[in-house]
Amino acid sequence: MPEIKVTPLGAGQDVGRSCILVSIGGKNIMLDCGMHMGYNDDRRFPDFSYITQNGRLTDFLDCLIISHFHLDHCGALPYMSEMVGYDGPIYMTHPTKAICPILLEDFRKITVDKKGETNFFTSQMIKDCMKKVIPLNLHQTVQVDDELEIKAYYAGHVLGAAMVHIKVGSESVVYTGDYNMTPDRHLGAAWIDKCRPDILISESTYATTIRDSKRCRERDFLKKVHESIERGGKVLIPVFALGRAQELCILLETFWERMNLKAPIYFSTGLTEKANHYYKLFITWTNQKIRKTFVQRNMFEFKHIKAFDRSYADNPGPMVVFATPGMLHAGQSLQIFKKWAGNEKNMVIMPGYCVQGTIGHKILNGQRKLEMEGRATLDVKLQVEYMSFSAHADAKGIMQLIRMAEPRNMLLVHGEAVKMEFLKGKIEQEFSIDCYMPANGETTTVTTNPSVPVDISLNLLKREMALGGPLPDPKKPRTMHGTLIMKENVSFMLVSSEQALKELGLNEHQLRFTCHVQLQDPHSDADTLHRIYTHLKSVLKGYTIQHLPDGTVIVESIVIKVSSSAEDSNTKVLLLSWSYQVKTWTLFLEGLPMQSKPGSSPNHLVIESLF
Amino acid sequence: MKLYCLSGHPTLPCNVLKFKSTTIMLDCGLDTTSVLNFLPLPLVHSPRLSKLPGWVSKDGTINLEKELKECAGRVFVDAQPEFCLPERELLDLSTIDVILISNYHCMMALPYITEHTGFTGTVYATEPTLQIGRLLMEELVNFMERVPKAQSATSWKNKEIQRMLPGPLKDAVDVWMWKRCYSMQEVNSALSKVQLVGYSQKVVRIDSVQEIFKISHFCFRAVVTSRLFSRLFFLQELFGAVQVSPLSSGYSLGSSNWIIQSHHEKVSYVSGSSLLTTHPQPMDQSSLKNSDVLILTGLTQMPTANPDGMLGEFCSNLAMTIRAGGNVLVPCYSSGVIYDLLECLYQFIESANLGTTPFYFISPIANSSLEFSQIFAEWLCHNKQTKVYLPEPPFPHAELIQTNKLKHYPSIHGDFSSEFRQPCVVFTGHPSLRFGDVVHFMELWGKSSLNTIIFTEPDFSYLDALAPYQPLAMKCVYCPIDTRLNFHQVSKLLKEVQPLHVVCPEQYTQPPLTQSHRSDLMLELQPPPMPYRRCSVLNLPFRRRYERIYILPELANSLVPSEIKPGVSVATVSALLHSKDNKHTLQSVPKPPPMPPSKKRKRVIEEPPVALAPKPMLSGAVALEAFLATLQKHGITEVKVEETADGHILHLQAEDTLIQLEEDGTHIVCDSEPLRTTLRDLVLRFLQKL
Repeated sequence: MPEIKVTPLGAGQDVGRSCILVSIGGKNIMLDCGMHMGYNDDRRFPDFSYITQNGRLTDFLDCLIISHFHLDHCGALPYMSEMVGYDGPIYMTHPTKAICPILLEDFRKITVDKKGETNFFTSQMIKDCMKKVIPLNLHQTVQVDDELEIKAYYAGHVLGAAMVHIKVGSESVVYTGDYNMTPDRHLGAAWIDKCRPDILISESTYATTIRDSKRCRERDFLKKVHESIERGGKVLIPVFALGRAQELCILLETFWERMNLKAPIYFSTGLTEKANHYYKLFITWTNQKIRKTFVQRNMFEFKHIKAFDRSYADNPGPMVVFATPGMLHAGQSLQIFKKWAGNEKNMVIMPGYCVQGTIGHKILNGQRKLEMEGRATLDVKLQVEYMSFSAHADAKGIMQLIRMAEPRNMLLVHGEAVKMEFLKGKIEQEFSIDCYMPANGETTTVTTNPSVPVDISLNLLKREMALGGPLPDPKKPRTMHGTLIMKENVSFMLVSSEQALKELGLNEHQLRFTCHVQLQDPHSDADTLHRIYTHLKSVLKGYTIQHLPDGTVIVESIVIKVSSSAEDSNTKVLLLSWSYQVKTWTLFLEGLPMQSKPGSSPNHLVIESLF
Repeated sequence: MKLYCLSGHPTLPCNVLKFKSTTIMLDCGLDTTSVLNFLPLPLVHSPRLSKLPGWVSKDGTINLEKELKECAGRVFVDAQPEFCLPERELLDLSTIDVILISNYHCMMALPYITEHTGFTGTVYATEPTLQIGRLLMEELVNFMERVPKAQSATSWKNKEIQRMLPGPLKDAVDVWMWKRCYSMQEVNSALSKVQLVGYSQKVVRIDSVQEIFKISHFCFRAVVTSRLFSRLFFLQELFGAVQVSPLSSGYSLGSSNWIIQSHHEKVSYVSGSSLLTTHPQPMDQSSLKNSDVLILTGLTQMPTANPDGMLGEFCSNLAMTIRAGGNVLVPCYSSGVIYDLLECLYQFIESANLGTTPFYFISPIANSSLEFSQIFAEWLCHNKQTKVYLPEPPFPHAELIQTNKLKHYPSIHGDFSSEFRQPCVVFTGHPSLRFGDVVHFMELWGKSSLNTIIFTEPDFSYLDALAPYQPLAMKCVYCPIDTRLNFHQVSKLLKEVQPLHVVCPEQYTQPPLTQSHRSDLMLELQPPPMPYRRCSVLNLPFRRRYERIYILPELANSLVPSEIKPGVSVATVSALLHSKDNKHTLQSVPKPPPMPPSKKRKRVIEEPPVALAPKPMLSGAVALEAFLATLQKHGITEVKVEETADGHILHLQAEDTLIQLEEDGTHIVCDSEPLRTTLRDLVLRFLQKL
């Protein structure tokens, strides 16, 4: 029985370091190759030695697919391809291919230049790695090789985020990456067709949350920012350069315009303008409204939002600053946070999920004293607000996707174990399908039951379709009989037995039987035969029954002759001869005229036994 | 399988393919050459045009002064221009399930097909094709609607009168079928039926949905609509066996060829394709391999003009005119080759010292077309894609606009009239010179020999286009740029992909009329291509022996294969056949429920043996020695063997039974049923079952 195996190397009952291995129909596929924000040691990257202890990964993987540009999904890519060694195809969408190297370079700079780590991937490695990338278009069916095909669907999580359908023969798996089922201010909602995969591998970041309407959250957010500005406070919004940042910028830009606010809004890195360029050029990946109006007004040209300079942080008066990275684990957002943390008028708004171990995660959990490097502690006095703006599907959204795709099995990754457990129960209850949630390094095996595609000879098919009766109901199933020829387990042909003999160059072997049956019948031989003939004719409608002049009656391959017994002219000897394959045997027996009461005559027994 | 040909224009095709039980329209081209018979629509009052004399037949019997005007010896219809539509009588358009669009030039007749015809199907096109196609339709509607002409001319269409008219009006065909332009409302409604597809996307087509929808609509008219929709929805879940997918054709943004196939039949539809490296993604050739039938349309209309050479000529003529102080008018479509022209000029401007010359692009869709061209990175050639990764706009006209070298305006009215400086270069439509802003520039610049008009679009004969403006002083340069496949490229392509049969417009099977000696300007193939013309109905040849069928897992697991030769196994299959929407599946025969004995006889006779599997065919031979040994093992020892010409006869003396063993047959003559069964099974051991 064919099996599909799924092993997370990362993101198994965890968020971060997404990396999932799938074995399907003899193909090995790696889904995402991310890094973990919560670690600075070896645990930062997936443990590729799980695949092979020594040597390159190329021999063990048929392809690698990256779902979107967030580092927890692509951060280990240059390490994997250039340092561990992988030369096979890497697939990602055009926007991901464009943006991913920039974020990788950023990540490299922070790690190597700022933290001084060595033995890390280099700029050249990022470039070399990107050369192996094959861009994917939405809905395009890409043939990785003769058997393995992949197809990308819109996931709506960030620009260029994709879900991917992986198919080998009639077995298939869908991997969602991160996705969002509700359209936001700059992206559309995820969508997939009813592709009925054997396994749907879904993220489950918000497995237990059912979020209120986006509009309410937006109003809350604007209210908080506004209040803080009004009382002269500074607002820090840690974000990743691409994604949520653009959504919130659009939100604030329109609010500032409407309320005629004067407080400056800054965006921290030099990436801003460049980032906005990507949005302009990949406008087809944004939501419908933006796409429709982009010719008149490009939503990604901001009037109120200016580039930030490090010195502005000490300026007096209110301001709003978007700073990277989003989890306060390094870089500019952390520096500004340290500066502003002591003043209760200030505010930090965390608009996304924070991985365990990051400062973002700590302050969100109410920690007000932070241990910094060099034993210093930082008192957190500013207001800490959490607004769930990160574009992940919530429990409702996950259920909605299951309804869309109709998977046979469900597998959860990219979430916390406790929350997954809850969602698993819900899924199993509502959809009556198995739901798995393997931990890292743990393998889930699902047996599949694929139907076997076979080439049927048109002659046989037409014949069987015609046999459906005089007025065939096309919906009504018909029985068909044939011979399946299997060559080297690759070619499957279904043909009629006759054709099978020909195809295989075999001779036919005829097997015939002959027996004598005695009957009591006073008529002449010819009469007896004629009575048999007329009776068979009346009973076996639709069959050709021949009465030949040489004194034989023939039905299909059955030959009947009558002669009188030498001793008694009333005893007739019926000579019956038939082939092994005869079809009408039952009917023929039913139709014989001379049967007496069932079971009483020895002759009957003989006839019965023929069958 | 049949092909209905609704258009005779080789580059603006409209064919309908009946494939299995699906009806698929391939392209929806609108033949606009008919507008050449009409007078231009001026944007501002033109005294010259309004003073043209009306036409009266020489003998004075026919007076059509109001409808027909004479200009430089030719007669033009003075009414809103009309288009020659695809044939609408050849088949019922409401039966079309699917329309496949290959590029934005080949969809301009869409509203005539999808509106007011009962059409309920789906249109498939790529995103650039839809967006740019929408713009071009919008532009066409705009051109017509902003200079409304109340007068409609119909008298000249009368057969008796048309016969008397001078050419080319006299020879125009099907003039009664000509139609005015559609409205924006019809465009929107038509385009709302488009479903977007990506290259190599496999679109599974459910063929009978419409049929059933119609039937159910008929049967359940009383049932509330929601019920109907749920039924439709249910049907769409089914998988049909007909699959269509678009392939990059390299001609324009999002242009595609199409593959229509089932598991054992493949039709390739090749429409406007290009092997030149311009801006679109390169043509996908290899996917066209192994086609049973390849329908070939949209070859170059200028087989003798080299696009690169024409581009050079375009630039040098442009520079020459500007240096001499004249203006250059380039009548063109608002999308397509214009991107290449601008890119070429971007490199040329500085070297030719044209840095200060203003370039204008005037069209109601100029801005949109330029903006849209920059956002379709996925559909562009590799070089342009790489630019987007930087991120930079893929087309250099962004820079031309930024540096104010290129300016675009929605029309000659408004800003343009105040900012307009001469000498200049103007790109504007429509290339037929019958409507659009180009008409104004013809009137404005036509009288001066300093000015030049450069034709780059190949769709219209430039002499015919210029006819209503004669006499003209301005210079005319004809550099048609047609990047579509030429005959040399197409024969190489066909050699490579080797379709079994090729279907093409009849124009491609003979040299052009004007160059009848050029046998290199036609398709020569073995077997010869099947030509079509407007209104042809072709039977497409398919020699197919197999069909795809799916064996459900339960049945597959129950099959018992036996190896016949090394690597070859066989299994006999008895199963239930389900056929639905051209998709066939086999499943196990369910065990028949026990039938009450009283009814047995009747039931059995009425229904042929449904559940009863027939005995397999046998093959092989029974070896005498081994068979005797087997008999002995079963206690049959008294066997008399007699040799015959073809084999042996075994006489089982104690049992009074004969067994005739021959190379290709065995005959058992035996009156005892149990013994016969035993013997049968013993014989079967030696034979292979199929």
